[in-house]
Amino acid sequence: MGNFREWAMHFFMLDEGPLIWTSDVLIILATIGIIAVLSYFKLWKWLWDNWLTTVDHKKIGIMYLIAAILMLFRGGTDGLLLRAQLAWPNMHFLNADHYDQIFTTHGTIMILFMAMPAIIGFFNVAVPLQIGCRDVAFPYLNAISFWLFFAAAMLFNLSFVVGGSPDGGWTSYTPYVENAFDPGPGENYFLVALQITGIGTIATGVNFLVTILRMRAPGMTLMRMPMFTWSVFITSIIIVFAFPVLTVALALLLIDRDFGSHFFTVSAGGMPMQYVNLFWIWGHPEVYIVILPAFGIFSEVFSTFSRKRLFGYSAMVVSMVAIAILSFVVWVHHFFTMGAGPGVNSFFGVSTMAIAIPTGVKVFNWLFTMHKGRLEYTSAMLWAVGFIPNFLIGGLTGVMLAVPPADYQYHNSYFLVSHFHYVLIGGTVFGVFAALYYWWPKMFGVLLNERLGKWHFWLFMIGFNICFFPMYFLGFMGMTRRVYTYPAGYGWGVINLIETFGAVLMGIGFLVFAFNILWSARYGERDTTGDPWDARTLEWATTSPAPTYNFARIPEIKGRDAWWIMKKNGESINGPKDIPFEPIHMPNDSGRPIIMSLFFFIAGAGFVFEWWILAIIGLAGVLVTMALRSFEYDDHHYIPVEEIEKTEAAAGRL
Amino acid sequence: MSDAHTAVHGGHHPVDPSVPVEYHHEENSLRIAGFWVFLGSDLVLFSCLFATYVVMHGRTAGGPTSNQLFDVTGFTIETIALLFSSFTCGLATYEMRRGNRNAMVMWLLVTIALGLVFLGFEITEFVQDASSGARMQTSGFLSAFFTLVGTHGCHVSMGILWMSGVVVQLIRRGITPITARKAFIVSIYWHFLDAVWIFIFTVVYLTGKVL
Amino acid sequence: MKPSGRRLRSLLLVVGLSMFALTGCNSAKYMPVLSPQGPVARSEYYLIIWSFVLMLVVVLGVFVIYFYMLVKYRARPENKDYVPPEIEGNSRWETIWTVIPVIIVIALAIPTVAVTYKLVKPPKADAATGSTATAGASSNPIVIDVISERWKWVFKYPAQGIETVNYVNIPAGQPVDFELTSDGPMNTFWVPALGGMEFNMPGKDLKLWLEADHAGTYQGRSGQYSGRGFAAMTFDVNAQSPAAFSKWVQTIKQTKPPLTKQADKQLSTPGNVGKMAFSTAEPQ
Repeated sequence: MGNFREWAMHFFMLDEGPLIWTSDVLIILATIGIIAVLSYFKLWKWLWDNWLTTVDHKKIGIMYLIAAILMLFRGGTDGLLLRAQLAWPNMHFLNADHYDQIFTTHGTIMILFMAMPAIIGFFNVAVPLQIGCRDVAFPYLNAISFWLFFAAAMLFNLSFVVGGSPDGGWTSYTPYVENAFDPGPGENYFLVALQITGIGTIATGVNFLVTILRMRAPGMTLMRMPMFTWSVFITSIIIVFAFPVLTVALALLLIDRDFGSHFFTVSAGGMPMQYVNLFWIWGHPEVYIVILPAFGIFSEVFSTFSRKRLFGYSAMVVSMVAIAILSFVVWVHHFFTMGAGPGVNSFFGVSTMAIAIPTGVKVFNWLFTMHKGRLEYTSAMLWAVGFIPNFLIGGLTGVMLAVPPADYQYHNSYFLVSHFHYVLIGGTVFGVFAALYYWWPKMFGVLLNERLGKWHFWLFMIGFNICFFPMYFLGFMGMTRRVYTYPAGYGWGVINLIETFGAVLMGIGFLVFAFNILWSARYGERDTTGDPWDARTLEWATTSPAPTYNFARIPEIKGRDAWWIMKKNGESINGPKDIPFEPIHMPNDSGRPIIMSLFFFIAGAGFVFEWWILAIIGLAGVLVTMALRSFEYDDHHYIPVEEIEKTEAAAGRL
Repeated sequence: MSDAHTAVHGGHHPVDPSVPVEYHHEENSLRIAGFWVFLGSDLVLFSCLFATYVVMHGRTAGGPTSNQLFDVTGFTIETIALLFSSFTCGLATYEMRRGNRNAMVMWLLVTIALGLVFLGFEITEFVQDASSGARMQTSGFLSAFFTLVGTHGCHVSMGILWMSGVVVQLIRRGITPITARKAFIVSIYWHFLDAVWIFIFTVVYLTGKVL
Repeated sequence: MKPSGRRLRSLLLVVGLSMFALTGCNSAKYMPVLSPQGPVARSEYYLIIWSFVLMLVVVLGVFVIYFYMLVKYRARPENKDYVPPEIEGNSRWETIWTVIPVIIVIALAIPTVAVTYKLVKPPKADAATGSTATAGASSNPIVIDVISERWKWVFKYPAQGIETVNYVNIPAGQPVDFELTSDGPMNTFWVPALGGMEFNMPGKDLKLWLEADHAGTYQGRSGQYSGRGFAAMTFDVNAQSPAAFSKWVQTIKQTKPPLTKQADKQLSTPGNVGKMAFSTAEPQ
């Protein structure tokens, strides 16, 4: 009994102090709260029928985005804890172990569980509507992708209160994360959770690649696709070829940890550097996976709010393709300092600098999209406008980092930390916020409040620059990343204090955004037109939110900016009135994806704690759910013509 | 493109007799395309395992080397069984296109049997290696060897389960566009595993016997 | 940098100094990367400044166009009826802004490659610095093995047969060949005032050339997170005149205890320790 008590104290981390206790209490209260609300309002069936079992890309997109915003909150809280600890020399707000865990979860959550679901959420929300089709190529698989991500995110977050978080950094370099130096379940959580969400992401890549290649509306040639769809297309290709590398890196490391093999250990012929290579062969394309869709979003926003078509469309496409290709041949720049030799370092340095060329082309094309336009500074446009200077600074410091001898001085210093926050926040996060304000009415039929949106933007923009710009100087001052505290006397203290202040401003900006969501849900302006921004692409041709089937009749596309052309010609999205509708073939909802992800979760927990019975149960469950799918023939239904007519009449399109 | 679209969500479309049966719904064509893309990504996965194996090959840490370990008879039989199974799998597709359900099922069963022969030899090889002290925990080389070959073996096992399920559906429903598509996709998968094995045979076994 | 570019070099120094002024920290103490104390750090510093100048040109150029667009073309009540033209693109402009980045990348790539190759060779004392402290220094490199432990720095002097922990003395004006390895997780060895970092990896020996112009003490630390004690993985580099260095070696040999097996084992147990020195480099 005493043994069990000791084990449980350790397992549930009750010996770790108030940080964990508070989290425990909050998690329990939140869970009770959610269950109570759902039960009181009798919403369980509604939740199951409308959301948990849906295969509708629009709803899946919304679920991705809700999860991403929650994860932004979690990752942001981590960030604020880190900033609080660093605010002043010799702080002991967090101890070294807690700090190490928190910077690891901060990075991992922000990249894999915030940025990824956010951009994939917008894939779902926008792409099928932009190319004029009724769903993605594989709607059922799409639901599986989401639920795998969700199960992985839950598993990863569980580590905070059960068993301990990973503490090897989001890059998780071997051999530190091998059992010899880093025992316990923490690192396993990292490996298993990323593995599960990675499988879902590969499926998403396959799904959108085929969707965009094969399901465009008639007349929409590749060179007539909206720029966001182009960016998703290229991103999907990168996902398909980059994510399997992560799968291998994680799997080999997990085999090392769970089964005692010697891939990356220091003994018995292991080769720690092989992990670093594999990780960055995935890792560098990964940053383009999260930035290219943001580029696509900005292209849409700039063109919409300049009231002009996108400048240099073909150059935009070519430069994205160039970036995608280059993204696979620059990975060594993450470890110029690992002694690869001057030839290798020179090659990867110059190939990295070369990325600046297509990126520069894009920046100038955005600037010239605004040229001779009529710029309306809506919240969405502000995020796009704010992106340019931030991303410019982030990108150009990236070029500075690409110089290998200079990188010897910047490597792992705060100069680097600042650089990647400038590109990832200035690029991806700004892109996600721009897209949230831009597509919010399309998702929910309600506009977010513009006044609050502007507060959100300015607080975040100013806070971001206060927080991260001084870090460049901290790098020159010799401060390295991931130190949990530092002595006085280096002159780092004041700068860190200023940065913490900036981080708080960003946090307040986020709270304003959260308030905006709630306020707008209640009082926000309803979008009755379906096209609140007088925009150009096809998603604005249908109701906000779009009907289940998206388009009653698949539109005929006559050029780029298809909806703009239709508006100018006075055409209806449904085409000529006299053609009768036909019944629409739609996939059935299914509860199996969420059940399958539950089995993945169970198997994952088994691998985390090395409880093999649990792992076997989980994997068997996965196999059974897959087999059941194979034997399922009744997987679609037709929407009858009367229902389509009723919906279209209500939307005023008859 | 327009056909693809309306057929997927529009339903009614005349069947084009010049197209093989597995392509008879546009949705089938989408799924086959999707599966090819997935194989592209699976190929990347195997490439990484191969790359890891190649850099680990000499890292035997005092344990057995590839030359000492590999048994020529064993891996030759495995190779013949798998190559031959790819051929019988192709015969099944041929019979499927001729609408010959029973012959098709028969060839698929032969394919499964050959797959089981392959697996049997592989498992025997692994068990023998392990009992002679050559385990995954012994050296970097052996970790990479068991993982690469084992991953292929897992794929083959999945293929056998999957193909069995397709056989059951063929027996129950006959050759329809849907069952034909399922059989076609599992056969692409099977040929893919065969191609991967050819690389394992050359890069791991043949090279390992020489170097 | 080409040796003939003295004017360019002084220009770079001016830009560098203005970067100090920007932060209000004009002391070498606070900005070691920007106040190099040896030839290696200096070549890296020149590249940093050169890349900074190039990037500054880009930033200024883009910002001018950017603010021009934002202000000139903003929506105002007066231009309510203005209908923007649908412009497809402009191949002449697009060519211009493709070619300019290409030129900038070439201007950066050439010195980058040159310096990358230069840094794998022992540094040559830099005449331009007019250093006096290096009188009597031998141009023969001294070899020091650097082993990162959890979480301490062990320095072995194979030729001198001594070992120090968490500090290292080097002769000023003489190239030092640091041979980096690790007895555990990876770390990086970084002395910003003397030059950039390089990894300490288990099972590998990486070479890092550094040299100090003058006698002085320079801060060093690990740049690669390696666990709980990582934040305290700092060390001092004491550059001394060659004569003082030889004397120091003698003193260590005479006054410090030999490295016992027990002490050696102690060093590889996880934990932080203070500065230590041993009169032998191999455990006995």
